[in-house]
Amino acid sequence: MSGVSGTGLVSPSTIIRPSGARPNLGEVWAYRELLYFLVWRDLKVRYKQTVLGIAWAVLQPLATTLVFAIFLGRLAGVPSDGVPYPVFAYAAMLPWQLFAHALTESSNSLVANERLITKVYFPRLVIPLATILAGLVDFAIAFVVGIGLMAWYGIVPGPFIAAVPLFVALAVLTALAAGLWLSALNVEYRDVRYTLGFLVQIWLFATPVAYPSSLVPERWRALYGLNPMAGVVEGFRWALLGHGQPPGALLVVSTAVTFVVLAGGLWYFKRMERTFADVV
Amino acid sequence: MTGDVAIRCQGLGKQYRLGPRQRYRALRDTLPALALAPFRGLRSAMGFGRPTAQGATLWALRDVSFEVSAGEIVGIIGANGAGKSTLLKILSRITEPTEGQAEIHGRVGSLLEVGTGFHPELTGRENVYLNGAILGMRKAEIEAKFDEIVAFAEVERFVDAPVKHYSSGMYVRLAFAVAAHLDPEIMLIDEVLAVGDARFQRKCVGKIGDSVRTGRTVFFVSHNMVAVQNLCTRVIWLDGGRIVDDGDRRVIARYAANTLTSRHQRSWPDVATAPGGDAVRVTRASVRPAAGSGHEITTSTELLLEFEYWNLGSGAHLNLSLHVYDEQGVLAFNTAPVNEAEWHGRAFPQGRFLSACRVPGDLLNEGVYRIELLVVKDQATVLFRDDGILVFEVRDAGQGRGAWYGRVPGVVRPNLEWRTTCLERSEAPAGAGR
Repeated sequence: MSGVSGTGLVSPSTIIRPSGARPNLGEVWAYRELLYFLVWRDLKVRYKQTVLGIAWAVLQPLATTLVFAIFLGRLAGVPSDGVPYPVFAYAAMLPWQLFAHALTESSNSLVANERLITKVYFPRLVIPLATILAGLVDFAIAFVVGIGLMAWYGIVPGPFIAAVPLFVALAVLTALAAGLWLSALNVEYRDVRYTLGFLVQIWLFATPVAYPSSLVPERWRALYGLNPMAGVVEGFRWALLGHGQPPGALLVVSTAVTFVVLAGGLWYFKRMERTFADVV
Repeated sequence: MTGDVAIRCQGLGKQYRLGPRQRYRALRDTLPALALAPFRGLRSAMGFGRPTAQGATLWALRDVSFEVSAGEIVGIIGANGAGKSTLLKILSRITEPTEGQAEIHGRVGSLLEVGTGFHPELTGRENVYLNGAILGMRKAEIEAKFDEIVAFAEVERFVDAPVKHYSSGMYVRLAFAVAAHLDPEIMLIDEVLAVGDARFQRKCVGKIGDSVRTGRTVFFVSHNMVAVQNLCTRVIWLDGGRIVDDGDRRVIARYAANTLTSRHQRSWPDVATAPGGDAVRVTRASVRPAAGSGHEITTSTELLLEFEYWNLGSGAHLNLSLHVYDEQGVLAFNTAPVNEAEWHGRAFPQGRFLSACRVPGDLLNEGVYRIELLVVKDQATVLFRDDGILVFEVRDAGQGRGAWYGRVPGVVRPNLEWRTTCLERSEAPAGAGR
């Protein structure tokens, strides 16, 4: 039959059998249009259902930064590597919010999309991926506000701003790495969802958002990098503000941890994927 | 492509775990095990390792092998729990088989539900795109068919309104219209014809009939024997997860003859294993004449349907809903306790209940009727359904049929009051008939 239009998949053949745990990323690529529509749905629905709509993307990091600036920057006198504290904290809030939001949303994504999972086939990886990508729009808006904030304080980004996309990608990958584990676990153990708020909170304090990583003694710096977000946040702030030293050992360790957790997450997700529809 | 193999299944089997571990777990159930045997506990907690002896298992499907040629229209029939939906889910790749394999040659469109992914906040237009993408259509394809879809659904005027403002009829029509415009080579369909009003149903059947004529392969699961009879060129009968019969439409008659034996009185004394779920368990079902002690049911007999059940949850309103089907699978009527003032909108306490329903005499026609029981929570969620929980035969009462000796046609056979009056006794008026 020649009625297959525009797919390039003329009479594809599928073999269905008990499968192994090797992730099939090519298939995710084949479903990129669905990925696009799911991202689009998330954004549309969010902005239709909330009164403040797009303002949420900015309000959250701004409010947190304000609280940090007053209590930690001013009252507690936390150092900020010579940058005005509000800019210092906001520059770290950007990748942190992206990560925290992506992690929370992706962990709940499979359970929230139960109807889709039990009624239609597509690579399940598309679901957590879509929620994470939808967060990038919020990030972009908050980023623009951040540039405005820097201008206000008279800070001009240096040439290293070109490295910002790299750190954004790293934040997304880190969220995906943790999100894959947690979303798959959440299908089986609904406890995960209650643990999330707590987890994100501790993680925030373990990450150099409100304070610089220079507070951590030099010899412990690489160990600190075991928290993958430490490298991401420190690196992002360095690239955006062009201030201080690039985070060397810290970043290397963080990146390595991210990729190890991501590989494990892909494998675990694929392993659990075949039973999602039976359990969710 | 006609004559080529479209679907080939070899020894397909699907095993489910039963009991408390079937649904999602809470970590607190697993943590003690973790504490006792950290490594083994962690492995099983993460879902690694083999399914162990914990809880019973059930083969929902076993040793299923068949081949479907391109262009065949295959109907899958069988009682509830026969494995029909499991088979469809495996072929749709929603769930993986435990053993065996299936090959599918061609682009698959599967339709287990209409309107999957519809979001109430989005407009009709937005939902068409979203739902189309979910069902596997390309954006360009949806764009090309958009006007046709909206016209088919007859919602042109409301296409830019959020679907939460749609009537349920409009919603279902739009959802089906998207699905009906999928253009796969192999179509897997689960009972979705039962949507919309009768006129729209005919339109849908027509649309599927069209795809049949264009040589598409259709794999169709249904309880509706009329639809299977009309649409399918081949019928596969499943029972207990295995293929019982596979052939032309005559399989339907064999299925009907085999399964529609009487089931007047049924009871399940052990609450733990009685049909139902975590929220409700049905322990007894019966149909009998409302008066007297006989068992004979005729067209003039008033019937008493009784269902005993345990309500294990609390805080919810429960109601039963009965669908009564004739032997062709045509729904004769649906009834639910809508006028029981004492329970109206009230939560049921935990405990044992008896719901009884009287079906007046002179309503059902002669023939075999099947009852599907649904237990509905808060008029919204179906907690349990059992198609064929009761099956009974209504015999001709031998009265009320005048001089006609054949079977009175129709699903129902009411004994209606007639009155014929001579309005005027006279010769025909002048001019008439001359």
